[in-house]
Amino acid sequence: MLKYVVASLFRVTWGFLLAAVIAIPLGLTIGWYRRAGMALSPLVQVFRPISPLAWIPIAILWFGVGDLAAIFLIFVGCFFPLMLTAMSAVHNIPAVYVNVGRNFGLSAADFIYRVLYPAVVPQLIIGSRITLGIAWLVVVAAEMIAVNSGLGFLIIDARNAGNRYDLVIAGMIIIGTIGLLLDLGMRSLERVKSFRWGYSED
Amino acid sequence: MLAPVRDVKLRMERVGMAFERDGKSVSVLEDINLDVSDGEFICLVGPSGCGKSTMLNLMGGFLAPTQGSVTIDNQVVRGPDPRRILVFQERGVFPWLTVEGNIGFGLAKLSRAERRERIDHYVQMVRLQGFEHTFPSDLSGGMQQRLQVARALAVDPDILYLDEPFGALDSITRLLMRGELLRIWQSERRTIIFVTHDVDEAVQLADRVVVLSARPGKIQDVLTIGILHPRNISSASYLEHRDDLLKKIGLAYTA
Repeated sequence: MLKYVVASLFRVTWGFLLAAVIAIPLGLTIGWYRRAGMALSPLVQVFRPISPLAWIPIAILWFGVGDLAAIFLIFVGCFFPLMLTAMSAVHNIPAVYVNVGRNFGLSAADFIYRVLYPAVVPQLIIGSRITLGIAWLVVVAAEMIAVNSGLGFLIIDARNAGNRYDLVIAGMIIIGTIGLLLDLGMRSLERVKSFRWGYSED
Repeated sequence: MLAPVRDVKLRMERVGMAFERDGKSVSVLEDINLDVSDGEFICLVGPSGCGKSTMLNLMGGFLAPTQGSVTIDNQVVRGPDPRRILVFQERGVFPWLTVEGNIGFGLAKLSRAERRERIDHYVQMVRLQGFEHTFPSDLSGGMQQRLQVARALAVDPDILYLDEPFGALDSITRLLMRGELLRIWQSERRTIIFVTHDVDEAVQLADRVVVLSARPGKIQDVLTIGILHPRNISSASYLEHRDDLLKKIGLAYTA
């Protein structure tokens, strides 16, 4: 059982991190250059409503049955929510912060590191929390089809191998519990002092 | 204390500003001519929407004029510059930095010891001792504005632009803040351009008050307030100046 949990978490971690590393910088850049955003918007709007599960056949075609296919599906599921979060986070930076940054004569690198990044972090954390939830949904579905291990596989296998509904329910409870823990983990980031300003009531 | 007559620090020559809106050009400022001497305290007043803030943004280099030129020390202003800092009405301090972090924001190039010294100096000056490690969300509005002024002063600018800096504060805090600003101005002589719609604020603070007309804003009048600081706000000469200014703004509204 434990090795199934580890297998699922492993896939979620990699799929999510890969998506974050690519989608967040990309989203921030596109968000900053509004024209780029407008140019790419139709493409994004076409890809976004495609359920990550619709990618399962292609994932298996490209990566075969195994970890890579599952990681790819999670990557796809996380990519657009993260990119859109990053884009809107940039749009929502108050003009005052940008002007103060310009006024104090920051270089481009300093501006990104000392104004842009701290200004978007709170929203990125919220977006990441939601996206991690999506990743956790996707991994279970992906494991039912694309691999032979993990919690999703456990559930489908328990049913196929003789209707072991006790194992099915146990798998579901574990999934729920881990999802909760992941969310709590992300939420604890929101309490970091230099991020906390982004969550005030006003 | 009146500022002694000094060299021209900032000069606006035939400055005009128009914005594009829905394909039409809307004129906001027209034919602005103004000389500001070094160390002078200027207040800009006028009806809302007359282009006061636009004028400040032109001086600060955040906008480029569509006509004429703004020069500082005989050099044309081409963009924002740390030698001239703009203080905003609201949300100007960075919420992710502590009081210390904010004051030190423009001091990255200094050595650690120098930075420490500057921060301490300006924490004292704006009376935020004991709040060095506090985040802005835990400060009052008045304290946040003092913090913004401290961050601006810490980089040792020649000119301070203040865009209705006390506009969002309650009237008592405002009164106190004016006193603080005067005290700071007298201890570290800088050129100050202060936008306000508050007549009392202008008469209490300024060496000269520049009155703008309704849009498109033109300089309608320049009033010299020849009263020594600290100004007694119930003295005859203060009230005279105040009435004078009110009359001029009244005209501005009906013009």
